[in-house]
Amino acid sequence: MNFVAPDFMPLLPELFVLTLACFILVVDVFLEERQRHITYGLAQLTLLGAALLTLATYAHAPVTTMFGHYVRDAMGDVLKLCIYLATAAVFLYSRDYLRQRDLFKGEYYVLGLFGVLGMMVMVSAHSLLTVYLGLELLSLSLYALVAFNRDSPTASEAAMKYFVLGSIASGMLLYGISMIYGATGSVDLQIIADAVIAAPGTENLVLVFGLVFLVVGLAFKLGAVPFHMWVPDVYQGAPTSVTLYIASAPKLAAFALLMRVLVEGLGALQADWQQMLIILVVLSIVLGNLVAIVQTNIKRMLAYSTISHVGFLLMGILAGTPEGYAAAMFYTIVYVLMAVGAFGVVIVLSRSGFEAENIDDFKGLNDRNPWLAFLMMVIMMSMAGVPFLVGFYAKWVVLQAIVNIGLVWLAILGVVFSVIGAFYYLRVVRCMYFDRPEQSEPIQMKLDTEIAISANGLLLVALGLYPTALMTWCALALSG
Amino acid sequence: MLSELPLLSLVIWFPVLGGIAVLFVGDENPSRAKALALTVAILSFLISLPLYTLFDTTTAMMQFQESISWIPMLGVNYHLGVDGFSMPLILLTTFMTVIVVIAGWEVVQYRVAQYMAAFLIMEGLMVGVFAALDAILFYVFFEAMLIPMFLIIGIWGGPRRVYATLKFFLYTFLGSVFMLIALIYLYHQAQSFAILDFHVLPLSLTEQVLIFFAFLLGFSVKVPMWPVHTWLPDAHVEAPTGGSVILAAITLKIGGYGFLRFALPITPDAAGTLDWLIITLSLIAVVYISLVALIQQDMKKLIAYSSIAHMGFVTLGFFIAFSIYRQTGSLSGAAMGIQGGMVQMVSHGFISGALFLCVGVLYDRMHSRQIKDYGGVVNTMPVFAAFMVLFCMANAGLPGTSGFVGEFMVILSSFKANFWIAFLAATTLMLGAAYTLWLIKRVVFGEIGNPHVAELKDINTREILMLSLLAAAVLGLGVWPDPLTSVMHATVDNLLQHIIVTKL
Repeated sequence: MNFVAPDFMPLLPELFVLTLACFILVVDVFLEERQRHITYGLAQLTLLGAALLTLATYAHAPVTTMFGHYVRDAMGDVLKLCIYLATAAVFLYSRDYLRQRDLFKGEYYVLGLFGVLGMMVMVSAHSLLTVYLGLELLSLSLYALVAFNRDSPTASEAAMKYFVLGSIASGMLLYGISMIYGATGSVDLQIIADAVIAAPGTENLVLVFGLVFLVVGLAFKLGAVPFHMWVPDVYQGAPTSVTLYIASAPKLAAFALLMRVLVEGLGALQADWQQMLIILVVLSIVLGNLVAIVQTNIKRMLAYSTISHVGFLLMGILAGTPEGYAAAMFYTIVYVLMAVGAFGVVIVLSRSGFEAENIDDFKGLNDRNPWLAFLMMVIMMSMAGVPFLVGFYAKWVVLQAIVNIGLVWLAILGVVFSVIGAFYYLRVVRCMYFDRPEQSEPIQMKLDTEIAISANGLLLVALGLYPTALMTWCALALSG
Repeated sequence: MLSELPLLSLVIWFPVLGGIAVLFVGDENPSRAKALALTVAILSFLISLPLYTLFDTTTAMMQFQESISWIPMLGVNYHLGVDGFSMPLILLTTFMTVIVVIAGWEVVQYRVAQYMAAFLIMEGLMVGVFAALDAILFYVFFEAMLIPMFLIIGIWGGPRRVYATLKFFLYTFLGSVFMLIALIYLYHQAQSFAILDFHVLPLSLTEQVLIFFAFLLGFSVKVPMWPVHTWLPDAHVEAPTGGSVILAAITLKIGGYGFLRFALPITPDAAGTLDWLIITLSLIAVVYISLVALIQQDMKKLIAYSSIAHMGFVTLGFFIAFSIYRQTGSLSGAAMGIQGGMVQMVSHGFISGALFLCVGVLYDRMHSRQIKDYGGVVNTMPVFAAFMVLFCMANAGLPGTSGFVGEFMVILSSFKANFWIAFLAATTLMLGAAYTLWLIKRVVFGEIGNPHVAELKDINTREILMLSLLAAAVLGLGVWPDPLTSVMHATVDNLLQHIIVTKL
């Protein structure tokens, strides 16, 4: 038996992140408290390096390596680049928040980078085993991050809840994977795909059974109703800097996961998973939007809004057409952009000894800081799907994809609940613009944070005026 | 040379950029912000004038067209163009914005730059709605308009402004999202988002009826038609004067315009089959809402209800055309209905805007909109009283004012369709006269009602300026409507030729 070394070149970005994460872990031990910004700088450099490496080895055509367990393709690379960008923004926005709370520790960045590595593995997974590996690496980092603020009982509670529910989801996923392995004899997505096509309709009962568990597991991780219970609690309980992280980049990885498992692996079972996804979509959009209305805590409100956005994301995938996948990918990227911005503003409003948690904390923001209020309005209106902001195009392309496959009723449901959703986004705008401020303390932002958050908001406007570039990018990534 | 310029893009984006510039001047420099805003508004109006002077009245083709690929993947183009329907409404928009900027000059004290900027951005977006020839572009402008208006009502409005502005936003949003689905469906059939391609797209009656209802939901909320009108009185009462003026003068017209651009030509068979529904709703608006206006205690509410009644005439004029053609086969009779509706839209833009300004003038002095707080205003404000009486008369449809022309044309054409429709529509001449004359009697004439009225000062030069501009428009259009009707002849005829041919 001879061992052939796999081609490591496509894995270069992953290896780089892994090495640097370990390096930072060690370096951080030797740094004094006041030198902690070095850790931060190294973490940002890691992301920058990974981005450069990904660009340098950009996969124009799909390459599989590690004996078929790993794939580099255009979709994966685009998503990875977005993950680096989102994580870099997360690190930047969180920096001052963490420092003010004595949480400015190396662990945040090390765990964050391991999370990034997990996401990269998820994005590039080409077998169910790698999928699971990536997912667990990300999840374990997230569990630890949520509990990162040791002294906060709510954070510990949220972490516990997240861990228990997340483990159940992992169990479900593994059970589904074992079923599919039993039916097809492999965990390689390509072999699974071929086996599923070969199996005639009546014989795939085990496959469909496995599929149900897979979908349940994925829905748990995504936070789609009825597997959403952990989302609001974790979003609220975790420190805002961690919520920011959970709400942003992992959604990109989750999208990739769905694409890999459902589309690439089990594409032939589309008729089956489409039904399941429709149920998830309807419930997520309805419940997410309705429950968000009554929230007074902005983090909780955004959690429920995430649930409804996940519904829209799934809507694009369930269309089962290249157009639908591109729409879902566009939606995910846009959503991440909005989520990073929204939580970024929440973080900026918090200062030492004060957590901006309630929607009321936004009162009179237009009087305190008109520019920040404008940015938040842009983000909220974009989330509500009002045109000239990119959120509208995201909703539109998804709706177009499902109208094209004849599911007009689902599109109508989607738009009706978007209107209901608009209500709670408008409530934030209302607080900022129509109410007088309750606090007068100035809002302090470091220059780099201000530039980043402004770029973030203005990007929503710029993409709204000219969405073509990003849309083409998504479509190209999926076709290549 | 002028025709070489992308005039429509200029009229859209110049005020938007101007508005952003005003924002950058900031609230700390109110006088500079105001001066800049006025300059931008006047320049935008001047830029829009060549649209009229260079307009070719002999053709129904789209003019001043611009088309650039915008989202090629989805077949969306940045396609602009105007015809006889949209061109007058664009001029109305740019004209009214100048008036609104003047009206807000001394009155608005809080966040002046943001106030002016909101109106300028609003102006650009509204022109965009009228000029868009691509369905998605239209929809984008149509929805984007909600943001500035939402802020205008919410920031500078009255005590119940939050309720009113949320209601306004959500009503309109809900109405329009169905339209989005209809547009996507039409794209699916036509493989293009060009509105003109939709016009020639064959559709079955079921499809047409469903699409028609989607459009109806979107546009009837904007018009607004009974029974989805309830946001309007709230929004008007709470909005600042400028907001009311723009709402009444322009945004309501977008609903009417939507029927002409979308519902009638895209789904002519459904519109023809369901014309009884729209006619019924219009007559309810004309008769019932006029009665409601009669009992209002609040001046702004009264004018708001009168707006709904007058917009009922517009939809009546548009949809009466089908039954005239069915019964008489005469296209000219049908044309008169549509043309009457259009004239009524433009004229109502001037009149309702002027009336809201009049109420604003009184409100600035007395801080009350209640009719009972006034009485005998003519004794202290004679010049103002003259204007107010003129505009009220125009609102009641007095011959010689623009209000008469549109109403008369619509009533005349409905006689050709059905006597009873015409009879009910004509009751507005009585009811409209009743509520407006009674309003004048209680507010303007009579003994001086209370000491506050006795202390009123007459209007200043600024107010005289804005009111006389509107008075000139109202009288000019009333005496000589030809400049308006001549530009739309070809377009109206073309629309009629189009809608009498079945698409089935």
